[in-house]
Amino acid sequence: MSEKHRILIVEDSPTMRQLLVFALKRLKNVEIVEAQDGMDGLRKVSSDHFDLALIDINMPVMDGLKLIRLIRGEENLKAMPIVVITTEGAKEDRERALGLGANEYLTKPIQANRVLAVAKGLLKIDS
Amino acid sequence: MSDDRPSIFGRTEEFLTLFKRGAEFSKELIAENERLRRRILDLEQHQQFAAQDPEQWDKLREELIQRISSLEAERQNFLERLQSLEEENHQFATRYVEIEEENNNLANLYVASFQLHSTLDLSEVVKIILEIVINLVGAEVFAVYVMDEKTNRLEAVASEGADPSTFPSYSLGSGILGRSVASGEIYCEDGGHPEDASRPVVCVPLRVQDRPVGAIAIHRLLQQKERFTPLDHELFTLLGGHAATAIFSARLYSESERKRNTIQGFIDLLTK
Repeated sequence: MSEKHRILIVEDSPTMRQLLVFALKRLKNVEIVEAQDGMDGLRKVSSDHFDLALIDINMPVMDGLKLIRLIRGEENLKAMPIVVITTEGAKEDRERALGLGANEYLTKPIQANRVLAVAKGLLKIDS
Repeated sequence: MSDDRPSIFGRTEEFLTLFKRGAEFSKELIAENERLRRRILDLEQHQQFAAQDPEQWDKLREELIQRISSLEAERQNFLERLQSLEEENHQFATRYVEIEEENNNLANLYVASFQLHSTLDLSEVVKIILEIVINLVGAEVFAVYVMDEKTNRLEAVASEGADPSTFPSYSLGSGILGRSVASGEIYCEDGGHPEDASRPVVCVPLRVQDRPVGAIAIHRLLQQKERFTPLDHELFTLLGGHAATAIFSARLYSESERKRNTIQGFIDLLTK
């Protein structure tokens, strides 16, 4: 049996977290961990290994952009794929997030198919 | 030295088995070769015989023509079958995409209703309504209204994109929102980016049976959201019923808790 893909969802909205969990659970062999803000996400990502992180931008305590900056500053986390999921649809927001090291930028309202396709691509899972 | 003997015998046995198999295989090959040689001879004889007799030639030619036409018919049949399979495959693929979309929509509706009924705290319920409208519908400026039963007016209690105090209050039956709540009908304008920002593009009346509880007024959608989808309409209907029930239940619960605390206070006063 192949190893499980571990996915971290950093999102303050429980509704959004549940939706993302619903979508990602359709992938085979995944383990999903939830974090409710940037600080919680940083704690989890520092103490555990993840193959993919889905990060919201607007969050209390620590926002998503700061979290991405900190993650990319860590040598052992530089290669971890990051997908930003946000309400901010402006071009400059996208460029800022991608410039900080995010691999993909998805805007809300999200489409489960799109999230799945992006996750499959970054985790290198065959459909 | 003596330890090597069993291994040598073993290898000899192995070699002999292999050799026997090889011999059997060679016999089979010789037999097959013989059979094919006979078949070639038969065919050559058949052809020679046909070449000598024009009648046999005609017969052979007829047989071959029939065989060709039967193979062509078979080929045509296979092509038609292939085409029909391709069409069927395309239909399945389309249906799969539709089911996938339906599945996603149902997941969204399930999550929305699950979250709405996950608490009896009114402020939590309102927060969840905000989350659903932001994340699932994709609204940028909107307000959640609650009906003040004393004044019969709809007041904005929570909002996104602007302060609740900037959203006008409505009396039941007046304005787009008041009329929508009074009639119980969802008001929805095509396109979510109106010229007049003060005018809601969507009004979702929140009612429990025929009792108005509140409303959701969407004034503007997120810039990446161009138009409403069928799922949005489903969500409006779901919110109209479930958000209303959730607000109603939370209000009842908080009232009953307040009453219970008051009664408990009296009991404590009397018994202490």
